[in-house]
Amino acid sequence: MRRILAVLLENEPGSLSRIVGLFSQRAFNIESLTVAPTEDPSLSRITIATRGDDRVLEQIVKQVNKLIDVIKITDLTERSHVERELLLIKVLAMNDKSRTEVKRITDIFRGSIIDIGKQVYTIQLTGDAEKLNAFVTTLANETEIIESVRSGCVGIARGEKALRV
Amino acid sequence: MTKKQFTGAQMVVKALAALDVKYIFGYPGGTVLDIYDALFQQTDVEHILVRHEQAATHMADGFARATGEVGVVLATSGPGATNCITGIATAYMDSIPMVVLSGQVPTTLIGDDAFQETDIVGCSRPIVKHSFNCRVVEDIPNIIAKAFYIASTGRPGPVVIELPKDLLMPTSLGEFHIETDVKMRSYNPSIKGHPKQIKKAVKAMTTAKKLIVYSGGGVIIANASGLLTKLVEKLDAPITNTLMGLGGISGTHKNYIGMLGMHGSVEANKTMANADVILALGARFDDRVTNNVKKFCPDAKIIHVDIDPTSISKTINAHIPVVGLLEVVLQQLLDELAATDFEPNKEERAQWWQEINHWRGLNRVGYVQEGEQIKPQRVIEAMYKITQGEAYVCSDVGQHQMFAAQYYPFAKPRQWINSGGLGTMGFGLPAAMGVKLAFPESHVICITGDGSIQMNIQELSTCLQYNLPVVIISLNNRSLGMVRQWQDMVYGGRHSSSYMESLPDFVKLAESYGHVGMQINHLDELEDKLTEAFAIKNRLVFVDVLVDENEHVYPMQIRLGAIDDMWIKKGVKA
Ligand SMILES: Cc1ncc(C[n+]2csc(CCOP(=O)(O)OP(=O)(O)O)c2C)c(N)n1
Ligand SMILES: [Mg+2]
Repeated sequence: MRRILAVLLENEPGSLSRIVGLFSQRAFNIESLTVAPTEDPSLSRITIATRGDDRVLEQIVKQVNKLIDVIKITDLTERSHVERELLLIKVLAMNDKSRTEVKRITDIFRGSIIDIGKQVYTIQLTGDAEKLNAFVTTLANETEIIESVRSGCVGIARGEKALRV
Repeated sequence: MTKKQFTGAQMVVKALAALDVKYIFGYPGGTVLDIYDALFQQTDVEHILVRHEQAATHMADGFARATGEVGVVLATSGPGATNCITGIATAYMDSIPMVVLSGQVPTTLIGDDAFQETDIVGCSRPIVKHSFNCRVVEDIPNIIAKAFYIASTGRPGPVVIELPKDLLMPTSLGEFHIETDVKMRSYNPSIKGHPKQIKKAVKAMTTAKKLIVYSGGGVIIANASGLLTKLVEKLDAPITNTLMGLGGISGTHKNYIGMLGMHGSVEANKTMANADVILALGARFDDRVTNNVKKFCPDAKIIHVDIDPTSISKTINAHIPVVGLLEVVLQQLLDELAATDFEPNKEERAQWWQEINHWRGLNRVGYVQEGEQIKPQRVIEAMYKITQGEAYVCSDVGQHQMFAAQYYPFAKPRQWINSGGLGTMGFGLPAAMGVKLAFPESHVICITGDGSIQMNIQELSTCLQYNLPVVIISLNNRSLGMVRQWQDMVYGGRHSSSYMESLPDFVKLAESYGHVGMQINHLDELEDKLTEAFAIKNRLVFVDVLVDENEHVYPMQIRLGAIDDMWIKKGVKA
């Protein structure tokens, strides 16, 4: 099952490498991992998308929690939450037909064209992983994809629930 | 008035003194020369100069295992630090409190592939509890205090500190502040077991018909053997120890049914297999215990008490997990038991013990002393008799280790010192040296083999320098016995690289290092000569005992079988 884990940890040198090392050392899967400091610069927040059965998930959560730098970890997928990922994608837009079509698809997905070259459009889209996948597939049917980059997902719990020190 | 200023090197030594460190084990080199200079100019901390950094880590480790204090290592950057890796991993696997201070090239050179630069924090990351890079001189004392706190609390383990040379030198000075009462927002090991879980555990224990207590190294680390013994007596339950847990209850206690696992006793493994409730205390269901996890004790309800949540339900699912310090949880369990007025049902217990005693009769890790050659097991029995069961026994890795575990019933915790998790050959001698340093008046034995002893033999020189008269007993079978046993049993008897040609003359070798060497070749001289060896108090004695090279360790679990599928002698299953 796919899970999204949110981790709050000390913003110390080496703390990210401990997380990454742990996943490879124990053969845990990482689908995506994002990290950035929080509004409190002494803290970093990591979001990890991973897959595994319940036993593996339990081990992942416990093992991450065991790292000395880690203050808290929570499984966002356990309850209702919001998940977002950013996609930047560059596609071929050579003639009127393909330009119109790309624009139409982008509008439908509520994305925005953020840069235009002689023959290419660069598009930005946010959403959950499923939406981004659908967008990429639809675009690929219409035109050629030159390059794309995804941020990996970030997430936050709905309602009052919060991950803080 | 300005406060007194110190170099980073002086701060290191002052911090160690403030933390009551008496000994550090190490080896000098370029990046730590300032620390050596600071050590030279004080008397609080004594430095023990080893002959190889790996031995420094094992010495610190042995010292830590015997005393419960943090073992401290000092090594230079690059090769000095990488030589520590095996010892750090050994300590990590067995949860031993250790702090390793490693030199590093100056901060201005880090990342340039400078002379003797290795990223020791990176190299050791998967085998440490935590590690620190120092970048500001004033941080050094508090980083050391934190390292000690982390190494010794919760589930203990090794901590590495990297000290760049420019912070240590007279060109960087700072004020000395140390906060020995450490608090960290990200690290608060839990202490008490959850009351609800305690209640559940007691209910399961008191309603069990076939209860067994399975205790491990956690009991030793937690100094909880007194409470454990009380609990076992109160429940009148059979108890088995893991290899790491030996001495957790006296090896001669009436409820003790021997070690379990790969080379455990028949009765311990059978009792586990047939139990309806297993109380696991500070043990981790290691693969050398469970054998095939799919066949592991399918009918048992498992109560698992451990300080480390990751140990619980990792390999075997626990029905009643309890996270907490063992010495605290055991007291909670005893209190809850007292509150329930529990008395074991006499009839049920008697029936259970009858079953267990039947298994006991099958084979209590037996051997037969026949023929000319000395059986290795006989040497351990003699050793036990002569030291009246009171020696510290520090083991290397191989058949001799298993024979010692089986035939020397340990009366007390911390008496049995061995590398259980990593199985590090070369551990025995330096570990024994660390123990002897801590307890100079006690008998300290290094039980070893002709293979293992050669992995850190150079420390015989350190023993002379610091007058560490340990008794080395080498069960010399002219082979890598444990490897050979597997080759006999699993690889059609093909002894690929498992015998030792051109062994040295160990007697002369010991003598050339300035010690006493002794060889025992005949059964009838075994006890006399061993007695003689133990009577020599102020010199190290190396006893080279020529033993039967064909002896195998039995019982032995059958690969991929259940916990109690075992060979009890060549070709005979339990
Ligand atoms: C450093 C290291 N290398 C290899 C091994 C694998 N190994 C386990 S036991 C053993 C043989 C040990 O021989 P010896 O010390 O003579 O003991 P014996 O089994 O003969 O009693 C070997 C090679 C190990 N445990 N540690
Ligand atoms: Mg041997």
